[in-house]
Amino acid sequence: MSFVETDFRANYVALVARKRLYGGIMLAIFALLMISGFTLADSRNAGGFWDGILNVFDFPAAVWEDTAPKLDQLPGHLVTYFPSLVETLNIAAVATLVGTIFGTLLSLLSTRGIARWPRLTGLFRRVMDIMRAVPEIVVALVLIFVLGGGPVPAMIAIAFHTSGALGKLFSEVNENADLKPVEGLASVGARWGQRMWLGIIPQVSPNYFSYALLRFEINIRASAILGFVGAGGLGYELKNAMSWGQGKYDEAAAIFILLFLTIVFFDQISSHIRNRLTGEGAH
Amino acid sequence: MLVVKALTKRFGTNTAVDNASFTVDEPKMIGIIGRSGAGKSTFLRMMNRLTDASSGELSFEGRDVLTLTGRARREWQADCAMIFQQFNLVPRMDVVSNVLHGTLGRRSTLATMFNLFPRDDIHRAIDILERLGVAEHAAKRAEALSGGQQQRVAIARALMQDPKIILADEPIASLDPMNAQTVMEALRRIHEEDGRMVIANLHTLDTARRYCDRIIGMRDGRIVFDGTPAQLTTGVARDIYGAGADFSEGATSTAINDHEPVEEAERLIAKVQV
Repeated sequence: MSFVETDFRANYVALVARKRLYGGIMLAIFALLMISGFTLADSRNAGGFWDGILNVFDFPAAVWEDTAPKLDQLPGHLVTYFPSLVETLNIAAVATLVGTIFGTLLSLLSTRGIARWPRLTGLFRRVMDIMRAVPEIVVALVLIFVLGGGPVPAMIAIAFHTSGALGKLFSEVNENADLKPVEGLASVGARWGQRMWLGIIPQVSPNYFSYALLRFEINIRASAILGFVGAGGLGYELKNAMSWGQGKYDEAAAIFILLFLTIVFFDQISSHIRNRLTGEGAH
Repeated sequence: MLVVKALTKRFGTNTAVDNASFTVDEPKMIGIIGRSGAGKSTFLRMMNRLTDASSGELSFEGRDVLTLTGRARREWQADCAMIFQQFNLVPRMDVVSNVLHGTLGRRSTLATMFNLFPRDDIHRAIDILERLGVAEHAAKRAEALSGGQQQRVAIARALMQDPKIILADEPIASLDPMNAQTVMEALRRIHEEDGRMVIANLHTLDTARRYCDRIIGMRDGRIVFDGTPAQLTTGVARDIYGAGADFSEGATSTAINDHEPVEEAERLIAKVQV
């Protein structure tokens, strides 16, 4: 008995020692990567990191210098740029809606147990991987090259990425769905579309809605960024105002304020709604 | 009418239904008994085409059921309603909608998406609920109902299909004795009044005896008994369940009657505890 006990103790101590060793090695690798990455980046940098870091506050200072004397014009600027803000929000909203529809379809096709073509689930998953892996800005750049600048390419680009991202999240929700109603519907001779619409969607819709809202927040930011590459909206105006040496930093400040307020507003609203959704309908 | 010939289902190396054959000449109420894993559920699922058979034949009124595909298969499923142990309703939808789902085999997907059910169908659904005594819950969500009520809604969905056969997979296994009796009586009434064939998997012998015209016993995927309730003696039942001499029907009974079975069950439990 005691022999077994000491044996057990020794084993456990050895186990702990091994874990510590692995932890130490991981830490060493991490530190090494940090240091080497930093030196590489610093040596490649145009000006050098340590010289540049002192200038970090130059830009905010310049913005403040331009804005301070013209503070009375700021509300006017806010009104001027409000239509662009609406455009940015529109791009995000349409893209989220389209992305949700395609994401739903892709997720249903790629969830084992409910897929229309069980053998093709892998294919649809890879399709979603690809859609997710390509950043919005890359798709937007290509589409702007083909279709010309404007909100439509931005919308398509964001919808493309959103379909992949939401499809992945949705299919995880689908995996937890109860299949009993689906089986019941199958037994009466319902088609696949009917089984999904009546058997799966009512169960998963609160979770879908919550994820889609989260994605809407993200897409507002994405749509603002895409303005920089000529997709219209607030980002486009910001790029124009920020270009060096025009003395329009007061307008840039107004746009920053608009963007900040919008994002805070929608973050708050959506987290509030999502809390309520997961509070009552979660399973 | 119904001809089953050498029906077999294999899952890998495991044979769930092994060479099952029988014929039914007129609409009857048939009970299938046997212990868990005997292949009862698999058999019903093959009949409804929820599961594909490995080999064998199954024909109903000349229709070769196992080879049907697409539209023909959905039409067969409309003729061959199924009732499940766990009811398998859509829990978040109201009772009438759940009953109307019985008509999905004839509906297009688009009409389903916009919830377009004809007024006549809606009236018929409510009439069926009335017949089964659950009409007052028509507007409630299915999940708000008790087990027995949900199972009656499931039967209503089956009737909405206007089927020739009703398959019931352990319809009373998750119900209390009172509800079990209501549900079994409903099935029996449907059989007698509408002349529909009912095939029910049952796990209590006394239920099978009381409600069925014919009993089929399955053991390890094979049909080992096929006859009338009177022919099903205790000895035969022991064979079906692979039980020893201490096997007693009363021990599994869910019927509400004399004290005898309960006492017997208690005696058995006491024996196990010693």
